[in-house]
Amino acid sequence: MTVKLILRDREYEVKPGMTLLDSLKKINVLSESVIATREGEMILDDEILRDGDVVKLIAVISGGSCRCEG
Amino acid sequence: MKCKKCGSKASVNMRQHKLALCKEHYLEWVPEQTARFIKKYEMFTHHEKILVAVSGGKDSLGLWDILVRLGYQADGLYLGLGIDEGINYSHKSQRLAQKYADERQLKLHVVDIEKEYGQPIPVLADKSHRGYGKPCAVCGLAKRHEMNRVARDLGYDVLATGHNLDDEAAVLFGNTLAWASEFLLRQGPVLPSSDGLARKVKPLCRFYEREMTAYCLLRGIEYIYEECPFAEGSQSIYYKELLNQLETARPGAKLTFYLRFLEARKTGELFIEKNREQAHLHPCPKCGQPTSTDDLCSFCRMIEKVNAEIEV
Repeated sequence: MTVKLILRDREYEVKPGMTLLDSLKKINVLSESVIATREGEMILDDEILRDGDVVKLIAVISGGSCRCEG
Repeated sequence: MKCKKCGSKASVNMRQHKLALCKEHYLEWVPEQTARFIKKYEMFTHHEKILVAVSGGKDSLGLWDILVRLGYQADGLYLGLGIDEGINYSHKSQRLAQKYADERQLKLHVVDIEKEYGQPIPVLADKSHRGYGKPCAVCGLAKRHEMNRVARDLGYDVLATGHNLDDEAAVLFGNTLAWASEFLLRQGPVLPSSDGLARKVKPLCRFYEREMTAYCLLRGIEYIYEECPFAEGSQSIYYKELLNQLETARPGAKLTFYLRFLEARKTGELFIEKNREQAHLHPCPKCGQPTSTDDLCSFCRMIEKVNAEIEV
């Protein structure tokens, strides 16, 4: 009875029935810093995660110090 | 959450705009907004030739996609930096940039730093002893130099980069922490051309980084997801994370931070001390302390208001 969240090479498990936002809080990931997809579709913070869901989290932050000088 | 335009299921929610959109309307909205920013900041016209600096990442490919859709004459420039670090980073990013261009029959200029100057960026950084053990300073220097050279040599009117609002806010945050006035006064969506320097523009400067990610995902643009191996632990990423913590608690904080800065810069309020005499301070008729209002000072007005409330 779990929901799997995947961010880069890390996997997290949370209980089903929570919203995406609450699940992200549970694993200490800022909603602002990721986009969540389930079965290839983007889902929003208020989406209720169901048992067996696999949610892929796509990190949105990029750029090294080279971008500072742009 | 529902799309504000059609009521179907939303794919993107932008809390700072209180706006949720479905895929179809989001893919319309992003180019519309970009066109608005290009016009607002007078970046370029449809008659000018634009060179887009393309790294293979989401922002630059997204920008190129939007400009072409808006009907601009936009060609790409890819700079081969020679960064490998065991993940073939430059090779992979070039492949994706080239793939994007080929699939749409767009022109992509490719400059290989090693072929042009004998060494890839990490070696140039190492041998020149610049950048405290990281090649980022040399990389930035080489990019600015080469982007300008190619734009000038090939007769482009303007150079466009994919800097988004998170990039701009992070730079602004860093420069504010250091009160780097010279850099602060120079930061903006447009850097006008000057002797030998092409005009530089940032048409995505008002989009959040997550909005550009969403745009590429929804548009089906394949971009390099891996981070530059040298970016790990960088200051700009740290600042972006801090600003995202702020944004989570206060939606719109990043946008306000950047836009208010632009306003202050434009109106000349930055770093210019206001003439105290011009402020026309008067003594408050009640307490005698100086106030800029013609009547009671703010404190006395507040006390009067409270007393009036209590009496009622």
